[in-house]
Amino acid sequence: MPRKEPYALPNIISPANPVIFNPDACTGCNHCVEVCQVDVFIPNPEEKMPPVILHPDECWYCGCCATDCPNQAITFNWPVQQRAYWKDKATGKVLRDHQ
Amino acid sequence: MTKWHDLLDKYGKPTRWPYPIRYDEEQEIETDVLILGGGIAGCWAAISAARTGVTVALVEKADTIRSGAGGPGCDHWCVTPANPHSKVDPDDWAKRLVEHPVHAGDPPNGALPISYANGIGTQIQCREDWDTLLEMEQMGGKIRDTDDEYVGAEGRYDDKLMFSPRMSPNHATEVTVRVWGTTFKPALKKECQRLGVKIFDRVMVTNLLTEGGVQGARVIGAMGFNNRTGEFMVFRSKAAVLAMAGSNSLGFLNMELAGYNTFPGSRTKTGDGMAMAWRAGAELTLMEQTMPHGLGTGLKHTWYGGASDASFENIQQVDANGKKLPWPLQGWPDGGAMGPSPENRQKIIKGIQDGTYALPFFGDFPGMPEVERRATWKLMLGEESTTRNIINSYEKAGFDPSRHQLMNYFMIEGTSPSHWLTAGRGGPVVDWDLKSTLDGLYVAGEQMFSAGDHSYAASTGRYAGRKAAAYARQIGEGKISRDQILLEKARVYAPINRNDGIDWKELHAGIARTLQYWCSEFKTEPILNIGLDSLKEIQEVFVPRLYALDPHKLMRGIEDLSLLTHAQIVIHASLARKASSRALFFFRIDCPDIDPPEWNKFVTVKLENNKVKTGERALNYWGDMKANYEAHNKDYTGVYKRK
Repeated sequence: MPRKEPYALPNIISPANPVIFNPDACTGCNHCVEVCQVDVFIPNPEEKMPPVILHPDECWYCGCCATDCPNQAITFNWPVQQRAYWKDKATGKVLRDHQ
Repeated sequence: MTKWHDLLDKYGKPTRWPYPIRYDEEQEIETDVLILGGGIAGCWAAISAARTGVTVALVEKADTIRSGAGGPGCDHWCVTPANPHSKVDPDDWAKRLVEHPVHAGDPPNGALPISYANGIGTQIQCREDWDTLLEMEQMGGKIRDTDDEYVGAEGRYDDKLMFSPRMSPNHATEVTVRVWGTTFKPALKKECQRLGVKIFDRVMVTNLLTEGGVQGARVIGAMGFNNRTGEFMVFRSKAAVLAMAGSNSLGFLNMELAGYNTFPGSRTKTGDGMAMAWRAGAELTLMEQTMPHGLGTGLKHTWYGGASDASFENIQQVDANGKKLPWPLQGWPDGGAMGPSPENRQKIIKGIQDGTYALPFFGDFPGMPEVERRATWKLMLGEESTTRNIINSYEKAGFDPSRHQLMNYFMIEGTSPSHWLTAGRGGPVVDWDLKSTLDGLYVAGEQMFSAGDHSYAASTGRYAGRKAAAYARQIGEGKISRDQILLEKARVYAPINRNDGIDWKELHAGIARTLQYWCSEFKTEPILNIGLDSLKEIQEVFVPRLYALDPHKLMRGIEDLSLLTHAQIVIHASLARKASSRALFFFRIDCPDIDPPEWNKFVTVKLENNKVKTGERALNYWGDMKANYEAHNKDYTGVYKRK
């Protein structure tokens, strides 16, 4: 990834990415903008582009945007501290959601 | 991924607010019945009112298609003793529930000495929520295994209804139906639209309108603003149904980890309904009932937090070495009991300390019969409120329930409580019409005191809607006070007329901290009074500094004002109950007797001429539940016949 020009910006709101958009599948229909209870997203200023994540700090992880996306363009993304643990019963190894 | 600073990078300046700004515009809507809150209760109220032929407007802070705690989904239709497979009589079951209340999330074996259940809501639910579920099916909601995915699962009947073990040990009752609740909310919105309900999405209701603007007078509408455009909205109505639930975040300091707080409360539950009912002069009860939050709040994981755990139906809980824990299966033998009894909890803690049980614990999905595993994983988790995420995202990450045991977070973070406090069990006093103590104001769902969950919201919403419609048909319009509207506009818009000061998050944390200090499990009159003074200081010093830069942040700021009012009500109610109560998880150091008989009653609080007035109601103030239900519902016509 190319380095970004440093500006005097406040800290990035975190967790910042409750979902990940697949830009190839997203048509910019903004259905997710409508189903979101808390307005995490706003429409992209450019048409047919994925929405902008404006209020990630308000996401309550209900997942409706991902469930209802007509193009399956949204992947749900648990914040690091909320990644689940499970254990392989056969090997006894404890595994973690490391997508 | 496009974030706000990417736009800044791209355009060299922040992009414009994406919606037109209309702070100075006002829209007036006239309707017979006004529904405040478009969650499960609100949608059902709108539908049942509209079916009687009156005009209905519904106002919702989000978009009705998925809004509310039940918007994302629901897996259990609890307490439906009138279903054809039920082995209990609805009236007997209602009586039993009121005497020994059981709620999802309640402490197990909570055989409390006194019940503060809501006899009216419970009776309505027991009589009508099977009819409500059939209407849900009629609208397109899925309530049966029509695709034959779970043939052979225990509790599945020939008519393809599937029952949950909850409250049905060894099939003794069959009162909880498993449902495909992700299909419900879009179907409810569609039915509202089909019936001509005028839906106002993205509008936050901020206050009620009363006749002549007088506190305690008939409710004749409500006011609010669009949280995208800022436009002011005035709704004139003959009857209104308050269906906004309580507040989930009253005691939460941290607003950035809302993701942990994913159950049971929608992020939009901020006590707005409670605050406006109070300001209008409605009598509220059980507002003193605050307790440690049993669910995930960001500080600790606890049961059913954002990243889930293994506390799901029919799953054996085992320790790190595969040893079975003395933990209910949440299955048929134990009637779906949701956690260990207090005795077994102590046994587990002791066992962890002496090496009998090794942490961490797991839910043994692979040990389940295949069809039961699938029913629990795919149907129950796949259809429950916010847990569809879990099956989708965990499977993508490689979780396979036939091979993997899912971690149970019980005790992994120690024994301290997760987070003080939550306040959502109180609400307006209601009568057999679900009318509050104010004429024209009806109450439904989680807005009610001692409310139940999804099916309770649905059946009481449906009931309140038809009662409100009946009232609207026989009453004229009320007289609006323009002064009341102007005062509310000044209150609501004050934060956007400032561009510096304190933001909504700081104000929110300040209110939460005040409650944590001055309304904890160690209550005395002097401590509670410091709390009231502290909240007054917030109101007088810090609220006038609240600023908001756009309609969205304005909404969050006005929500804080609801929470501030809610916090004040909680402390007034805590001062009014001069006794401790285990049943209410309410402890006064200066009144140490637990549940003394003279205090086994509902304590009520309300505003009269802006002064707090306390009162009381007998524990069974609703009288004979069966007789009164029947006396008030002679015209009940059962399941709607769709034209």
